[in-house]
Amino acid sequence: MTSLELATSDGTRMIETPAGAALAIRGMTVSYGQKPAVFSVDMTVPVGSMTAIIGPNGAGKSTLLKAALGVIKPLAGSAQVFGQPVAQARARIAYVPQRASVDWDFPTRVLDVVLMGLYRELGLLGRLRGTHKAKAMDCLKRVGMQDFATRQIGQLSGGQQQRVFLARALAQDADLYLLDEPFAGVDAATEKAIIDVLQALRADGKTVVAVHHDLSTVTDYFDRVFLINTTRVAEGTVEEAFTPQTLQDAYGGRLATGQLGQTALGA
Amino acid sequence: MMGEEFVALSLTPILIGTLAAIACALPGNFLLLRRQALIGDAISHVVLPGIVVAFLITGVVSAVPMMLGAAGAAVVAVVMIEAIRRLGKIEPGAAMGVTFTAMFAGGVLLLEQSDTSTVHLDVEHALFGNLESLIWLDATGWASLWDMEALAYLPVELPRLGAVLFVVILFTWIYWRPLKISTFDEGFAQSVGIRTGALGFALVIVAALAAVAAFDAVGSIIVIAMFICPPAAARLMTNSLSVQVAWSVLFATLSAVLGYVFAGYGRLWFGAENSVSAAGMIAAVSGLILALTAVFGPHRARSGAPAEG
Repeated sequence: MTSLELATSDGTRMIETPAGAALAIRGMTVSYGQKPAVFSVDMTVPVGSMTAIIGPNGAGKSTLLKAALGVIKPLAGSAQVFGQPVAQARARIAYVPQRASVDWDFPTRVLDVVLMGLYRELGLLGRLRGTHKAKAMDCLKRVGMQDFATRQIGQLSGGQQQRVFLARALAQDADLYLLDEPFAGVDAATEKAIIDVLQALRADGKTVVAVHHDLSTVTDYFDRVFLINTTRVAEGTVEEAFTPQTLQDAYGGRLATGQLGQTALGA
Repeated sequence: MMGEEFVALSLTPILIGTLAAIACALPGNFLLLRRQALIGDAISHVVLPGIVVAFLITGVVSAVPMMLGAAGAAVVAVVMIEAIRRLGKIEPGAAMGVTFTAMFAGGVLLLEQSDTSTVHLDVEHALFGNLESLIWLDATGWASLWDMEALAYLPVELPRLGAVLFVVILFTWIYWRPLKISTFDEGFAQSVGIRTGALGFALVIVAALAAVAAFDAVGSIIVIAMFICPPAAARLMTNSLSVQVAWSVLFATLSAVLGYVFAGYGRLWFGAENSVSAAGMIAAVSGLILALTAVFGPHRARSGAPAEG
């Protein structure tokens, strides 16, 4: 892979790669057209942390996640998960795409969506057994959706859809959970249910990375912050990286200074 | 009439029509859900010049050269679309529309200019298929089904379509899970290691295989009805993918059988002046089934809109 060579041939970057990181992105550059959406981004996520990826609209938050996963082909850069290339670490990764990225009119039931999380376990033709269904039901229970197992997915509310997606990720039994805007357009009860599940995962030693929009909840929900606006703006613990100065750097004029101060100070 | 005449004159066309309809309907289910249903249309248009050129080169109408010709035509189409899009700086949809119709028109002209009088390959055949002529003259009655000598003279299209349908079923069965996952959620599918690009390409190849094989039976234009109508009608009957696929097979079979029977016996039953094109009638019946399910199907309401919070 040329993208890998590009990154590893860059001596300065190689030295930085910590083998123990849950996710280590190096030199990631993605472009949809003339302008890069993500430019030469490095990101290091320690094992057992809970990181919010924050930045203005169009800053490349989702793109960075997708490129790290190989869902989008980057121009350059590489990503390692627990010290291995992503292609070899897929069994340890659970990805929750944006809810709006799929067609909820697809003819399938809630339980079937959760069972998709067992694809790597089942393979192409592996028999679906009672234990698999029991596991999927258990994952639905953890997000409070056990009563909806046989519902057609199109009948769910936005929050319920998001919880089903989270249940599918839980079924994957991963060590690293990458979530793209899990709180976008969900009700308060769902937000609470999701954050409870994510914090329980962290308590189990799992690593969680979520693209996040709501600056007011960053300090309550996360312990680390990654600020991006095409390039990396700041990265570190909430205390280090989530300051009025870093927010000003990331959002520029788009966030009124007063509001900015309030958010960071009030937090 | 039920005995020898039916077996000799109607059984094989009905079987061939049914196999063709099912072979197209199966991949059609996934194409429909991927919002790629018109790929079937594109394939059916583009392959015509390829099939004609393959005939002109080899001088026979047989499966392998036809498939190669069709594949070659598809490659030419892709190159042409890209060239028109880049050089003309127009949107991809327009480039595709121009390419498909131009290639089909080229195929029709080529067909008219060439001497195909010795074989069943002419403009009418290309458009409407050839179902009525795929008869089994060696059959003397139902007993012929066990008569090896008579079976040897079955129209070659029957085993050919049987083999294609087998490939289509095998593909659908083996790749059911990745097809389902990647059709529903491509990003997630890639994250678990499903090669969605290759799988989508394979799906189009299988659809093309079905389209080219069905070309003989129902003609290249009407193939599109078999890709879209049975799966679309089936989608309105259920909210489960596996049940949808089962319904689509049933609707495809119904369309083929009823379409053929109506076309052939319509003269007797409805007092029509002449019997009509079987392929045309099959497509019409599949459209009628779709219309009926659109009005009476239990799941015709779009459920995609989120319910209350």
